[in-house]
Amino acid sequence: MNARLATPRAPARGRKPVALDEDTPGTAEWQLRLYVAGQTAKSAAALDNLRRVCESHLAGRYTIEVIDLLVNPRLAAGDQILAVPTLVRKFPEPIRKIIGDLSNEERVLVGLDVQPLR
Amino acid sequence: MARSPKPPTKNPPETAGLPKAPTGIQGLDEITGGGLPRGRPTLLCGSAGSGKTMLAAEFLVHGALDHGEPGVFMMFEESAEELAQNLRSLGVDLDALQRQKKIAVDHVHVERNEIQETGEYDLEGLFIRLGHAIDTIGAKRVVLDTIEALFSGLPNHAVLRAELRRLFRWLKDRGVTAVITGERGEQSLTRYGLEEYVADCVILLDHRLVDQVSTRHLRIVKYRGTEHGTNEYPFLIGARGISVLPITSMRLDHQACTERVSTGIGGLDDMLGGAGLFRGSSTLVSGAPGTGKSSVGASFVDAACRRGERALLFAYEESSPQLLRNMGSIGLDLGRWQDSGLLRIDASRPTLHGLEQHLMHMYELVRAFKPAVVVVDPISNLSMDREDRALKPTLMRLIDYLKQQGITALFTSLTSDQAADVADSQVGVSSLMDTWILLSNLAGNGERTRTLQVLKSRGMPHSHQVREFLMGDHGVGLVDVVLAGDRVLTGTARISQVAQEEAASELRQRDHERRLKELANHRKAIDARIAVLNAQAEERASEVEFAIERERLHAEGASSRARALARTRDVPPPRPVTTQSTRPARRSAK
Repeated sequence: MNARLATPRAPARGRKPVALDEDTPGTAEWQLRLYVAGQTAKSAAALDNLRRVCESHLAGRYTIEVIDLLVNPRLAAGDQILAVPTLVRKFPEPIRKIIGDLSNEERVLVGLDVQPLR
Repeated sequence: MARSPKPPTKNPPETAGLPKAPTGIQGLDEITGGGLPRGRPTLLCGSAGSGKTMLAAEFLVHGALDHGEPGVFMMFEESAEELAQNLRSLGVDLDALQRQKKIAVDHVHVERNEIQETGEYDLEGLFIRLGHAIDTIGAKRVVLDTIEALFSGLPNHAVLRAELRRLFRWLKDRGVTAVITGERGEQSLTRYGLEEYVADCVILLDHRLVDQVSTRHLRIVKYRGTEHGTNEYPFLIGARGISVLPITSMRLDHQACTERVSTGIGGLDDMLGGAGLFRGSSTLVSGAPGTGKSSVGASFVDAACRRGERALLFAYEESSPQLLRNMGSIGLDLGRWQDSGLLRIDASRPTLHGLEQHLMHMYELVRAFKPAVVVVDPISNLSMDREDRALKPTLMRLIDYLKQQGITALFTSLTSDQAADVADSQVGVSSLMDTWILLSNLAGNGERTRTLQVLKSRGMPHSHQVREFLMGDHGVGLVDVVLAGDRVLTGTARISQVAQEEAASELRQRDHERRLKELANHRKAIDARIAVLNAQAEERASEVEFAIERERLHAEGASSRARALARTRDVPPPRPVTTQSTRPARRSAK
């Protein structure tokens, strides 16, 4: 897996930085993408919850990309999004998905397969 | 997916209040009275392999191609590539349809082990995807196949159910005609009870094995606000997609033709009021093995081809060359009709397909070949290893279809030799037939005789006699009835009776001749006697005349001598007394 990813690839659709080099700006060890549909209470809560978890456990090692499907409905098919909010762990692979407002920190960590710092 | 135009009688009256979206699927639009409810969702449920996806896909493709209604196919199980392959087998190029923006395909893939659930969520993502697909191509039709897959992908069924309820509401609000497929459940129509949410129209597909032959069935469980056929209808997935079979059997409204066509057997035409069968009627020819059913069928075909009409012969017992050879032996040259394209022989084993498939095959051939005459030889073979009740409705559909097309049909039916009761036989289809001809072998007097009788023939006077039926070098024919007293004779008895009658009539003839000759001789004899008597009379007459003349001359001579004497003596002439003295002398001379 590492061998494949070690080869730098052209950024897909100019949006997806895929590289292991930590020095390159815009790349990170944890690349997360949060799909929401409009500015609802649920999506706001999900984003808040996600930020809190990441700051606690992955500080400085993550990027979060928020995609509003109401703005970009085409993108829903790409990651097979059905439910919103959905958090997708794009990297490290394999891809994992967590649906819901991410209110349960423990389950978010399990879902992301992150070792808790505490 | 070019389909031939439907017969004009197949336009059911559309219910005024409820607009419908035609599915374009043969037969289904007839049952539903025009199609699925427009702008509403329809639930299509059935077990695995019952044809749900195919039916849904056809609904979309026909909408896109024939009715100008683009469609979205959202699938939860198959991938787009698999669907494209399935449709390619029906001759539909899904990729091209996608490029033309007539159909949009979205594969929704849910992997349970990729998904972790934390807290509240909804399925807005699904709505957005579907809405986006609908908006992109301006879709009027939507298929969700099989949305129940979400139940295995998403753990929280309470949320899912709420969202599905919202989805169906939303589909209605968008005004798209939707087909939602669902897996058949144990107790309910669908495994997860989708019928709770989709209440407008529910169609149930079924796939059953009866006596090792699989048959698909379709039934409309519910169709709110409109009338519909409630029966279970067999359907097929053939080379041209799905066909629901009861295409025409909902009404009896075919035209009745008064034109008559010959059966090809002169004597039989005479029995049927002298003119043969009605065009467009159906005839059953039944009989035991070896009674000549196929020959009657072949004669019928031959007669049609002679008239220049197309004929289609379904042979379920003989191959085409075998049939041609065997019919050649009784002087029917069917090969020339086949060569000229007037005759088509379709020979296959009845076990090749299920009954419905046979029927479908027949429909397709009839549609393609457009014959005036169809012969099925024999229909009884179609029911092999089967309950008769399956055959009767199937045949009814075939007969109705042929009648609506104005095709004259002749079916042969094999009855077992032991079946003494004729009304008991014929797979129960005789009541569907306009004319029923029974062929039977009469055994007796040390021989078997083929006989033919017309058991019924609707709408025409027909002979009630049992005719003897002969197969010769010049086709089949009927022998004129020979009556002996009050009995109709057949076979050797007929031949011997004919011989006896011939002998008797010859004897009579000779007797008459003899008596006439005798009379003539008698007359000749009389004539001869008359001639003799005439001769005698003439002889006598001439003698008498001669004597009279002689006597007159004699008397004249005497008187002249007397006058001369008187002149000389000057005395008055004497009285002719002296003439009396000559009489004895004349008598002695005789």
